[in-house]
Amino acid sequence: MFTVIMVLVVLGGIGAVFGFILAFANRKFAMEVNPLIHEVEDILPKGQCGACGYAGCAAYAEAVVMNKEVPPNLCVPGKDAVAKLVAEITGKKAEEVEPRIAHVRCKGTSEKATLSYKYKGIHDCKAASLIQGGPKGCKHGCIGFGTCVSSCPFGAMTMGENGLPVVNRKKCTGCGKCEESCPKNVIQMISINARVKVDCNSKDKGAVARKLCSAACIGCGLCAKNCSYGAIQVQNNLAVVDKKICAEKCSEATCLAKCPTGAIKVANELIVNKNSDTLKVTI
Amino acid sequence: MREYFTLFIGALLVNNFVLTKFVGLCIFFGVSKSLDASIGMGMAVTSVITLSSMLAWVVYTFVLLPYHLTFLTTIVFVILIASFVQLLELIIKKQAPTLYSMWGIYLLLIATNCIVLSVPLLSVESNYSFVKSVVFSIGSGMGFALALVLMASLREKLVYADVPKPLEGTGVAFILAGMLALAFLGFSGMI
Repeated sequence: MFTVIMVLVVLGGIGAVFGFILAFANRKFAMEVNPLIHEVEDILPKGQCGACGYAGCAAYAEAVVMNKEVPPNLCVPGKDAVAKLVAEITGKKAEEVEPRIAHVRCKGTSEKATLSYKYKGIHDCKAASLIQGGPKGCKHGCIGFGTCVSSCPFGAMTMGENGLPVVNRKKCTGCGKCEESCPKNVIQMISINARVKVDCNSKDKGAVARKLCSAACIGCGLCAKNCSYGAIQVQNNLAVVDKKICAEKCSEATCLAKCPTGAIKVANELIVNKNSDTLKVTI
Repeated sequence: MREYFTLFIGALLVNNFVLTKFVGLCIFFGVSKSLDASIGMGMAVTSVITLSSMLAWVVYTFVLLPYHLTFLTTIVFVILIASFVQLLELIIKKQAPTLYSMWGIYLLLIATNCIVLSVPLLSVESNYSFVKSVVFSIGSGMGFALALVLMASLREKLVYADVPKPLEGTGVAFILAGMLALAFLGFSGMI
């Protein structure tokens, strides 16, 4: 009998003591969580991609509410709609988010690009790039093992049959995970409003680049000469487009016509066609 | 002094809780995917084990033993540890936000973990004094942290290994844990 009573007393006592301590601590150490944080978190797309520079959607929500300096437009996948809502909740001024999309700067398919050796190791671009810069002849091009595809949190990338990744424009949110994962820097985020894009990353000299891959930019500069606005420059044997000049001034895209390898292309046909009738002919 | 040192090394290496007694395996496989997380978890486990076994020792010696209620040890320890971790979380959240953000969810995960329960249970079973039970808890906590960090470093390398398809992920991690346990067996002649 004594034991039974003691069991009840001891267990009840411990329960009661800890109950009181916890209740007391809960009040004493209460943390006021700003309800706005939850509101912001509900709006964010929850891809947990980290494109905003924070550890995840919850971390960004907390930062944007608590810290005045954190702008409301950091969520790239959310685009303008989310930025506006976040700005509304936090009382900050929304600046436009320029929608981005992943651009694979390589057209060196298995037919066009040469191989310098046969790779039989781990099926991963990072691992392959450690061995003499990868199996492809061109050391700047896409290795094609799809490390970017597996890094995409939104399932927007697939591996094409020609050995190059394909970006699904509808699904790509522009978070930039693939850009980080690519050991060759082949993937670059570009504005969806970009007019022309250079589908090559080769910094080799013209003759070398051409020998290694028939789709390479050989740095001849014909596109630069044909651009009436000086938007294209050849840097390191590679044509680089100044997005700002290109988007603001040009409507004809005359640069494409003379490219001997077809490395420079219209980025988004819909956009260019809308602004220019002449381009339809040149494509 | 020598006695304490032997106890410490014994708990840390020879009777390593994870690799020779096989407790705390859920955290061991769950959190050992990245090195950063495993270091945080190891520290959290060590401190929680130490603090809760102090508390458990006090309750055992001054409440359970005098009233001959030792058959309640397990259930009382479960209650003690669960509420203690809750309390610790509340305090850390308020007083040390940086530590809290570092430990994050791990602290609460520990609340119901078997390694945190088994260390106080074993130390009262062996009739350790207060100081001895503290030394024993620190040793076993650090042993757990050591095993976790070793495992995490191995698994980070494992990502690049060409593992047969059926064994990918947790399967090969179990094999690895077995090998690690074999290696730790080598310490058994030390004391």
